Amino acid sequence: MSATIRNLEGNEACALGAIRAGCRFFAGYPITPSSEVAEVMARELPKVGGTFIQMEDEIASMGAVIGASMGGVKAMTATSGPGFSLKQENLGYACGAEIPCVIVNVMRGGPSTGMPTRPAQGDIMQARWGTHGDHAIIVLAPASVAEAYSETIRAVELSETLRVPVVVLLDEVIGHLTETVDLAAVPETPEVWRKFATGPREGFQPYAVTEDLIPPMPRPGDGYRAHCTGLTHAPGGFPTQVPEVATAAVTRTTDKLALHRARIESWRVQDAEDADLLIVAIGISARAARQAVRDLRAEGLKVGLVRPVTLWPFPEDALRETVARSGARAVLVPEMNQGQLVLEVERVLAGRAPALRLNRIDGQPITPDEIAAAAREALT
Amino acid sequence: MKDTTAPAAFDVNDWIRQEQMPHFLCPGCGHGIALRALAWALHEQGIDKDRLAVVSGIGCSGRLSAYIDANTFHTTHGRPLTFATGLKLARPDLHVVVITGDGDCLAIGGNHLIHAARRNLDITCLMLNNEIYGMTGGQVSPTTSGGRYTSTTPMGNTEPTFDACALAAAAGAGFVGREVTMQVLGLRDLIGQAIAHKGFSFVEVLSDCTEIYGRKNDLGASPEMMLAKKSEMRPFAYRNTVDVPFRPNHLRTGVIARSDRPEYGAAYRAMAAGLRGEGGGA
Ligand SMILES: Cc1ncc(C[n+]2csc(CCOP(=O)(O)OP(=O)(O)O)c2C)c(N)n1
Ligand code: SF4
Ligand SMILES: [Mg+2]
Repeated sequence: MSATIRNLEGNEACALGAIRAGCRFFAGYPITPSSEVAEVMARELPKVGGTFIQMEDEIASMGAVIGASMGGVKAMTATSGPGFSLKQENLGYACGAEIPCVIVNVMRGGPSTGMPTRPAQGDIMQARWGTHGDHAIIVLAPASVAEAYSETIRAVELSETLRVPVVVLLDEVIGHLTETVDLAAVPETPEVWRKFATGPREGFQPYAVTEDLIPPMPRPGDGYRAHCTGLTHAPGGFPTQVPEVATAAVTRTTDKLALHRARIESWRVQDAEDADLLIVAIGISARAARQAVRDLRAEGLKVGLVRPVTLWPFPEDALRETVARSGARAVLVPEMNQGQLVLEVERVLAGRAPALRLNRIDGQPITPDEIAAAAREALT
Repeated sequence: MKDTTAPAAFDVNDWIRQEQMPHFLCPGCGHGIALRALAWALHEQGIDKDRLAVVSGIGCSGRLSAYIDANTFHTTHGRPLTFATGLKLARPDLHVVVITGDGDCLAIGGNHLIHAARRNLDITCLMLNNEIYGMTGGQVSPTTSGGRYTSTTPMGNTEPTFDACALAAAAGAGFVGREVTMQVLGLRDLIGQAIAHKGFSFVEVLSDCTEIYGRKNDLGASPEMMLAKKSEMRPFAYRNTVDVPFRPNHLRTGVIARSDRPEYGAAYRAMAAGLRGEGGGA
């Protein structure tokens, strides 16, 4: 077996992917079912000149990650449900001040302490809207260990190049699943970094409006001596309450993601071309759906799958086009919550096809049989 | 310790972003004196502005970072020490100074203070204690003296207070000191010692919220407030007399605690040095 082929858990794959992408700082706080990410980072980071720290809580670990990134080092944290909620305030800071960082959130049963060791997909909306105010954020949803590895690499790269926090959203099953991964399947490419500020120090504007809407980031020590604040700021970096300037400042951060959508969005389709029914699912529910599609196809039923890998911004054009091209009569959304992904699907389809629900909140994954049964019912 | 020999060339304007003037502090606010003392100490310590990072929380105190000509980070309420921890660990080459308030540091950020002190990472933390939440309009804080009026203690404060220096020292801070704003030179020297110290250093500045705290409690104008506070203090050198660590009276000033515990960043890097090249990651 080649040295690049490894048996890994999803959580472990996230950690190794981050290190491969150049992450050299990790701050975390233990919480099931994400603690293995921190444990691997604690073991591996010092070997590559990186720093691991277990902070006093999730608020502090998010703060430390942002601080490290402001220092010019790629940084990540990992958590689950309640810990993710604690990170939200500082996550809002990272959104507002455009500080690259990656947050792995391994979803468990909720609300509150819920079912710590049981899987769920209840943070789909928290990942998008958990922090306050208008903001842009990217959320990636791997459905295998190999993808936990490759998507964490992509998370670091997107977060760096776009100056935006990126959430890697796993469910407990993917986080604790062990699969064989060929690390070499992700091609060796030059390390991807944020655009650092270069050029004249005099008159430097840390939030200048550039054509790509991504302001070059000043690195302490490079002589820019810039100001960074969570207060709404003008291009110069200092607070503003001038209505037009404030509007432009927030709008640029959301326009930025819209402008680079093609690079951010990622999705997979299976047997969608002629589907009468399309399933839309993420994570472990998508794995079950994949099996259900195979089983249903064997029965002669025309069922396909659309799996958003980028969950937010939701690949809406892809879904709309797939539904239109296939002529699907309905869409089925299996998810381990009371119905969150389905809300976005309904918004995107705007009545063009009904969105049917299949939900479980009992800490058990949705099975292929359950999905197949729901699909058969929908098609009769 | 340099006493009165101010270096010839100190000009506070060298450290201030002129384009951010005028500042937003109320007339007579003690935070301005603290800012000057900090700039003076930075100057005396020969700190390179390009290598200086000032990290502040939210409050009137937190606003000061924007005025300093350095790499400045105005973070979230109560959390500047967490940002500073990440920044200092990632960039040990930077001098990291935190500016925080009594509410920022002892209420919402109290947990971060004790853990920063425990770790003893090389950060200088300046807590501007004006006994009140200035920024939000004058609510009670963990250091508001007994009986004082604030907008949330309309009948006078009945909560006991923290002794922030005792807290920081007990949690392990390598250097702890306190000074009043009236003693600008003493404050400058104390901050200078804190910056020079390798480890977590904590300086409590007994600052003065003239506009809100002063008015609500009839404490007079700024000079009267400052003078009164000065006369309440006992320099630490006199500590062998009575020992009453809590407010309202007899807080000590000067250097309060000092230890040579290992600095955390250096300890971590020493541990990691033995592991380098063991082929981490994949
Ligand atoms: C999470 C959060 N809670 C509350 C606030 C509101 N807030 C802003 S400043 C402040 C208190 C500041 O008091 P202090 O730290 O003593 O600073 P001062 O203004 O007195 O210098 C509060 C409660 C906030 N910004 N964020
Ligand atoms: S409100 Fe108080 S603390 Fe704030 S600037 Fe005015 S005097 Fe200073
Ligand atoms: Mg205060």
